[in-house]
Amino acid sequence: MTQETRTARTLRLRLPGLTSHRPGQHVDVRLTAPDGYTAVRSYSVASARPGDELELTVEELSDGEVSPYLVHQVAVGDQLEVRGPVGGWFVWDPADPSPVQLIAGGSGVVPLMAMVRAHAAAGSAPGYEAPFRLLYSVRSPDSAYYGPELGDLAQPPILTVDYVYTRVAPAGSLTPPRRLDAPTLLASIIPVSQNPAFFICGATAFVESVSDWLVQAGYPAERIKTERYGGTGVTP
Amino acid sequence: MSGYLDGNAAAGALSEVFVGDITTALGRCAHCGRTGAMATTRCYLDPHGLVLRCPGCAEVLLRLVEGDGQLRLDLRGVSFLTLTRP
Repeated sequence: MTQETRTARTLRLRLPGLTSHRPGQHVDVRLTAPDGYTAVRSYSVASARPGDELELTVEELSDGEVSPYLVHQVAVGDQLEVRGPVGGWFVWDPADPSPVQLIAGGSGVVPLMAMVRAHAAAGSAPGYEAPFRLLYSVRSPDSAYYGPELGDLAQPPILTVDYVYTRVAPAGSLTPPRRLDAPTLLASIIPVSQNPAFFICGATAFVESVSDWLVQAGYPAERIKTERYGGTGVTP
Repeated sequence: MSGYLDGNAAAGALSEVFVGDITTALGRCAHCGRTGAMATTRCYLDPHGLVLRCPGCAEVLLRLVEGDGQLRLDLRGVSFLTLTRP
């Protein structure tokens, strides 16, 4: 287990019988209370590990029924009831040679990181040669996940990483913190002419704003795949 | 919960009913005729199950309710599903 931020933790799970994982998939975690009450939540897979292991990064939601337990209480060796990985729609396919534009709001970066990691792994399919670009909207440098690893992996044009800080900008930054808007978005992504495939993940309001701006700017809706997560509904 | 998720979020629950991943199947809305991947529908979760609604007309496509050890699937709003064989 690794503490990503003050409120997020990465858990490594061993899933007996796990044979494959596609980057972007999620698992369902079911917790059962002593009185029989159950709660199921979906968490994106952050990393496929060799063999039967995978990693989840879980953000604690203050009103959550499941995430506080996963971030603060579950311990190495504990057993969880897990279904998956599931979901074949919001996945990156290495056979697709398209450039890929990833857009993350807050903890929406998790499934996109699985794609970044898969893309960074050596492979012979055409998708491994395609440029990847990640636009990551996050409250502050302290709340960003995977910072050092993304710093190491960022090697334009194979992977370009752009951050938008919405509450606190890094020390010395010339750009004040601001919410992502359409001009900033359009200045930070792969142009229409390259026909990129989009994967957008974040809170519902974030995903819908970004999708709308892209379509208004002429990007085809059928090239845009989204994954809204539940949670607090607060735009990151 | 902030309203709804993507139909994609129902993949796990629906995997208990369907063979294969139904979220990648194309579904046609019986109300408005919109056709799209089931992953692109709107998914509303509650403690008893889930509802998928059409992103075009917001009518109910599918309900899955769990209780007393049973699963009840209501597909009233889907006029057909097209699945691609792996």
